[in-house]
Amino acid sequence: MLDLYLPIIVVIGIAFAFAIGSVVFSRLVGVKRYSELKMSPYECGVPPIGNANERFSVKFYLVAVAFIVFDVEVAFLYPWAIMFKQLGWYGAITMGIFIFVLVIGFIYDWKKGALEWE
Amino acid sequence: MSDMLVTLALILGKLLFIFGVVLFMAAYLVLAERKILGRMQLRYGPNRVGPFGLMQPLADVIKLLTKEDFVPARADKWLFLIAPGITAVTALLVFAVIPFGSPLEIFGRQVPLVVVDLNIGVLYFLGVSSMAVYGVVLGGWASNSKYSLLGGVRGLSQMVSYELSLGLSLVPVIMMARSFSLTDIVMAQQSIPFVLLNPVAFGVFFICVLAESNRIPFDLPEAENELVGGFHTEYSGMRFGLFFVGEYINMVVLGSLVTVFFLGGWNGPWLPPLLWFLFKVLAVCAMFIWIRASMPRLRYDQLMNLGWKILLPLSLVNILVTGAVLLGLG
Repeated sequence: MLDLYLPIIVVIGIAFAFAIGSVVFSRLVGVKRYSELKMSPYECGVPPIGNANERFSVKFYLVAVAFIVFDVEVAFLYPWAIMFKQLGWYGAITMGIFIFVLVIGFIYDWKKGALEWE
Repeated sequence: MSDMLVTLALILGKLLFIFGVVLFMAAYLVLAERKILGRMQLRYGPNRVGPFGLMQPLADVIKLLTKEDFVPARADKWLFLIAPGITAVTALLVFAVIPFGSPLEIFGRQVPLVVVDLNIGVLYFLGVSSMAVYGVVLGGWASNSKYSLLGGVRGLSQMVSYELSLGLSLVPVIMMARSFSLTDIVMAQQSIPFVLLNPVAFGVFFICVLAESNRIPFDLPEAENELVGGFHTEYSGMRFGLFFVGEYINMVVLGSLVTVFFLGGWNGPWLPPLLWFLFKVLAVCAMFIWIRASMPRLRYDQLMNLGWKILLPLSLVNILVTGAVLLGLG
């Protein structure tokens, strides 16, 4: 168990060292000349107007909700995919019914216009 | 005890080798991309630094390291600081499970050419790669800039949408290889690569890979000519560098994964396995660059339609058909 996951921990260590190290190094050698204009967010060269955290379309939220449902579906498919030979037709048909139920939800989503972007 | 030490030394050796090769490849992919894009647009591309511009990556690194690194006013400082790190780290983490050659015999020991052959390698890849979306969305959110916010939100929606089809297109691969281990998946393709057995899954996976890496034709989160730079508009210096390096490391990673899942990994006649693997990865990367040179950017509604209305149903049907065929064949 430890044998298997020890290298992953080492990889995580090296990856973090790379990310943090390069940024710290650049902080040390980089120039620092702050000015108010430089610190203001980019907006095509004019002073920024209004709040940056504007409201955005609710569609993005709908996509996130639909994603959660389908991601769970994907998670259910994996155990079946690996054992499907042993489970045979029984497993395949059960999985078919499971996918069918989700497809009904998907069609509902589609017909309600949750997937439309105009 | 000494056995443990040897194992640890081997792991460290392999890791340093992989990280060296990957960072080198990522640096030269940038140059290759600029060169090939240049040639395809009847320009020369970078050719000033060193012979044929071969020292360009070095110059880029020096430039990025010595640039000013600042946080814009009223940005969410901590999120702003860690977002590029997430992109780079997640890209590097996936490499731990990619097998890049058949096991070698060194000093009478079997040394598998993979950092760790996890028995849940596919799940590890999916888990780590779905973390990558946080780099984009946190970077965009924390910058306190309208362009960044739009880029981040677009990136979030795009990446989660295509992640579904990405995950679903791997299900047939698992059904054919009957293992989550990437080494086993390559072993299962010794006689015939999965791209020939299941071209639909390959097509879906390839498109999703392009979308996950935010490259043309799916580069809406960056979209230079409408969002200036999208989620990394406000980044400078090495933080921008981490986003940049992360993107190119990601290209190498995804190229390797296409190779492992569909192109038969290191399997191939005549040449040594390691060369075959490298050759296939470079071929996939060249394909990415070629696509970038020839495709226009999709509109956002087209992007979402493709992901949700075409790729998702297609990959679901593909799973059922693959299952039925495999069971029918016994």
